[in-house]
Amino acid sequence: MIEYLIDGPLWYFALVVFCIGVLWQLASIVFARSKTDLSVARGSATGGAWRNVFSRFVPHHEIAPQIRIQVVAGYLFHLGLFALLFFAAPHVLFLEENLLGFGWTPMPHWAFIVSAQFAFLGLIMLWLRRVVNPVSRLISTLDDHVAAILTFVVMLTGCFALLEGSTALRLLHRFTVEIWLIYFPFSTLMHTFTFLPSRAFTGAWFGRRGIDA
Amino acid sequence: MSERLERGLETLRGEIDGKVKSFFSSCVRCGICAEACLFYTETNDPRYTPIYKTEPLRKLWQKEYSFWGKLSSTLGISKPMTEADLADWEELVYDGCSMCGRCSMVCPVGVDISMVIFKVKHGLAKAGFSPEGLVGATQRAIDIGSPMGITMKAVRATIKHVEANTGLKVPLDVEGADYLALLSSNEIALYPEYLESITKIFDHAGVSWTLSSEAYEATNSGLQIGNKKVAGQLVQRVVDGAEKLKVKNVISPECGHAYTALRWEGPNFIGKAYPFRVVHILELLDELRDAGRLVTTGMEHERLTFHDPCSIVRRGGIMAQPRNLLQPLAENFVEMADHGAMNWCCGGGGGVSSNERAEELKLTAFNKKKSQIDALNVDAVVTACSNCRMVMEEGVEVNEMEVELLGLTEIIAEHLVEKRPE
Repeated sequence: MIEYLIDGPLWYFALVVFCIGVLWQLASIVFARSKTDLSVARGSATGGAWRNVFSRFVPHHEIAPQIRIQVVAGYLFHLGLFALLFFAAPHVLFLEENLLGFGWTPMPHWAFIVSAQFAFLGLIMLWLRRVVNPVSRLISTLDDHVAAILTFVVMLTGCFALLEGSTALRLLHRFTVEIWLIYFPFSTLMHTFTFLPSRAFTGAWFGRRGIDA
Repeated sequence: MSERLERGLETLRGEIDGKVKSFFSSCVRCGICAEACLFYTETNDPRYTPIYKTEPLRKLWQKEYSFWGKLSSTLGISKPMTEADLADWEELVYDGCSMCGRCSMVCPVGVDISMVIFKVKHGLAKAGFSPEGLVGATQRAIDIGSPMGITMKAVRATIKHVEANTGLKVPLDVEGADYLALLSSNEIALYPEYLESITKIFDHAGVSWTLSSEAYEATNSGLQIGNKKVAGQLVQRVVDGAEKLKVKNVISPECGHAYTALRWEGPNFIGKAYPFRVVHILELLDELRDAGRLVTTGMEHERLTFHDPCSIVRRGGIMAQPRNLLQPLAENFVEMADHGAMNWCCGGGGGVSSNERAEELKLTAFNKKKSQIDALNVDAVVTACSNCRMVMEEGVEVNEMEVELLGLTEIIAEHLVEKRPE
């Protein structure tokens, strides 16, 4: 019964909530009212938007030494998670069989282990900093902690599911993924998508003024 | 709910657009912006973290636009926003932020934090949570035409002195001139050498220009306090003056926020595009230099550096021009660490210097600029913003530093060749 629920209705419900929620959130940003800037542009807003979407992946060298922990931990976590999500063998197989109908070459086991270590290390570093650093502690919200812990649990159950190969652990992982998907559109996890319009808006602003941000 | 709170919240609601939604939705509270803010780096007080200064707007967004906020409200379990949510942020936003925009350069998800802080200021100003110093300056700007209470009489007196010193006529209310030059209060009261310099330079370059007896003040207290209505009123005065004299261009003076108010925000404040071009004095001087109409001779022998005014460089896009103009005149020019778009603020922008309450904090924030200057061992710091100059002069004085503050336009005027080549 539980297996049926997790593999069936709850999975589809989570997927629907995730897809509609994400689209709704993005639509509320893209279609929100916005005023036309009446000043005469010095440069291209479109060029600035595109430039900013990519340039923000690399921090300004003037500030890089002060933010080394956030940058290193951030990249370890995000790259590790991305690799696990799209290149872990069980995920590639799952996506092929359940969603896409095609697959791609998964990463070898050793790469999985390295990616998982990167992702765990990065996430733990980021969360510890959030708890310990006075600035991060002050500005963090409950949502930030819930999102971090939920992601950690999903990754952890994923490792269990892979290593043990038991149905119970597979179901546990899938169940946590479903909770994560349902929580996603209504949480800080949405930054996965909303960083793009955010960077683009700001880049367009700088671009109009002829500033390379 | 009190009337002032309702007024403030209503204003903040009006500020929540697609940009703000994307900003708050993407912010992961990493705290990187703190490292870019001199109010944080010089005090180590986490409350000065830039994104924290946007809390009133973020709270409102979370409460009224997010799923959890709406759900809590529906269930009747959410706490309503109170006057404290606005009042407690007044000091952070007005005293502890110079609107320098350095935070907006470093945010990994691209939040323009400085823009959001301005929106918060708008809400606080509407609710009446603004510092007395700025309220007074704004009132003087509305009543008298200048935040420092400078009247046209004072401008005429300055004009007389300039004419006596230079032997040149300062054109006033000349219809059909190519350029209408504006002044900031500081340039009338503290640095009249600016007017003297542009009088010499424009005579040298053959520029057709004028001052206006109705639109001489470029500073905009409305922008500093965050009151868009007042900001629009003040911009409209300039527009009316320029239209009356039928000028083709309006020159923004050596004042950072005046440039932002006039060049970038002005048309949005008044709701229409200008029938003239707005050009910063540095842009114009560089254009004249490029066209061979501004010819200088000799060099400054002192060791010089340039302080980038935030509103002109980082938020205004005028980065190459001051260097094009200064470097040929400076034998021993050195750049500050972090110069250009990432330079550190003087600490007194965004209305902080007009806010007496912020005096001590402003001087603490100046320590960042002090360390930059000390590292270079220079004789003089050149800048192109009268407010930066005033703030740095005070900082230099208080810290007993052996360094001189100079205005870029004056240096150029001192090096003009005797006669313009035909």
